[in-house]
Amino acid sequence: MPDLRVLVVDDEPGMRRGAAKVLDRHVVNLADLGEEVGFTVDTAADGSEALAKLQDGPWDLLLLDYKLPDISGLDILSRIVEMEIDVTTVMVTAYASLEVAVSATKHGAFDFLAKPFTPEELKGVVEKAARSLITHRRAEKLEREKRQVRFKFITVLAHELKAPLSVVESFMGMMKDRTLGDTLDDYGDMIDRTMLRVAGMRKMIGDLLDLTRMESGQKQREIVDVDLTATALQAFETVQPQADARGIEVKLDLPDELPLAADREELEIILNNLLTNAVKYNRDGGRIDLAARREGDAVVIEVSDTGIGMTDEETKRLFREFSRIKNDKTRLIQGSGLGLSILKKIADLYGGDVEVRSEPDVGSTFTVTLHDAVVEQGEQDRAVVH
Amino acid sequence: MTSAKDNAGTRGTILVVDDDFDLLEQFRIKLEQMGFEVRTAETQREGEKMIDAMDPDLAIFDLMLETPDGGFALCHRMKKKNPETPVILVTGVAAETGITFGASTEEMRSWIKADVVMDKAIRYDQLEREIDRLLKD
Repeated sequence: MPDLRVLVVDDEPGMRRGAAKVLDRHVVNLADLGEEVGFTVDTAADGSEALAKLQDGPWDLLLLDYKLPDISGLDILSRIVEMEIDVTTVMVTAYASLEVAVSATKHGAFDFLAKPFTPEELKGVVEKAARSLITHRRAEKLEREKRQVRFKFITVLAHELKAPLSVVESFMGMMKDRTLGDTLDDYGDMIDRTMLRVAGMRKMIGDLLDLTRMESGQKQREIVDVDLTATALQAFETVQPQADARGIEVKLDLPDELPLAADREELEIILNNLLTNAVKYNRDGGRIDLAARREGDAVVIEVSDTGIGMTDEETKRLFREFSRIKNDKTRLIQGSGLGLSILKKIADLYGGDVEVRSEPDVGSTFTVTLHDAVVEQGEQDRAVVH
Repeated sequence: MTSAKDNAGTRGTILVVDDDFDLLEQFRIKLEQMGFEVRTAETQREGEKMIDAMDPDLAIFDLMLETPDGGFALCHRMKKKNPETPVILVTGVAAETGITFGASTEEMRSWIKADVVMDKAIRYDQLEREIDRLLKD
């Protein structure tokens, strides 16, 4: 990273020269942050020169003498706050009383250094300030990036919800205008499509809540011994009516019992998601194979369908949020584009993974690997509160 | 009451490309009611094939197709084939991102090869006015 810019403010020429000499050649190695920091030093002999130079900034560090001939160090501190100058200040004082230190910190100083100080003391305080500065800036950068990701997510979400809304609005408008005729029968398709789009919006909002709860870490996790076979059978019963309606046969290959340390709801989401997709993207009269087994310290769930499948390029886009594969084979299938993102996030919680193999018009196989969940102390506490 | 289909096709043919199946259906109903024959495509690739294969009297393209700016590409292809064919670009992007573009100035039209840019919450009365205006020119 570039040198940190340091302004040394002191009315004693010897002090200014000394500090500049020490810092100019000094390099701080912050190995844990992966940074080596050098310094570029400028000086000011009194308060007004310091303020002028501060205004011409930017600066990273300010070594500020408490007792200056014209303006006091404390006043300069207040001016820095007033002028909204972003600089980390170390107050230098010959009167190192607790009172001075407290008052300087109150006015925004990061640290203070008692005069006279050795080069080592100066280096020590500067290293501390540099470390704080870099950590702080990284946190700010991360926060900025997070805000951007969130903004993008919300923008895409707005788009994804607006599309079905305008479809529904237009259909309602056409019904109101009696565009296709005077009896309700003329609008059978329109009503079906309207309800399908509304159901799609509801599903999207549900998925979205799951996803945000998971990302915020606020989702209550209750790690217990769950029998994955029982959970899989339950998920199978949920999708069975949809599968039957389209003549899709579901083959189960499950052990009598398959215990896994997990959150029951998370396992349900995984299995429901996999099976619902296998039905949705299958062909009529197709087949689904659901298998689960323990392999070493992990549990492997495998769901295969005989559906429309995907090209390699499509599988690559699959796990992105809101990414839905759009082609003439999927246009009548409703989805939020969030299901697989959720699946992937849950698998991550179990140190696991989701893999997909697919071939167009042949089918897809999703393989989810899960390890026994580890209960962390924090989660344990929350579970108890629950 | 006259059925929408009765006068369909008497005013010419309109090509519509949109990846939303329901929006396509709505375009079809409304445009047929206005007296047009409607040809539709759901993907950019399909749209490109139809541009090459037919000569519509007007074209309506959604901006966001398989790629976020697929509609631009279709506008270019249409205008390259026949600069006289009026093109309407439909987009939901402007309202959500604050990105504003339009086809109201000559400069805009020079890089957005569309005659009209419309917001995606389609108002069909407005669409009909634009189509009437474009086909009269």
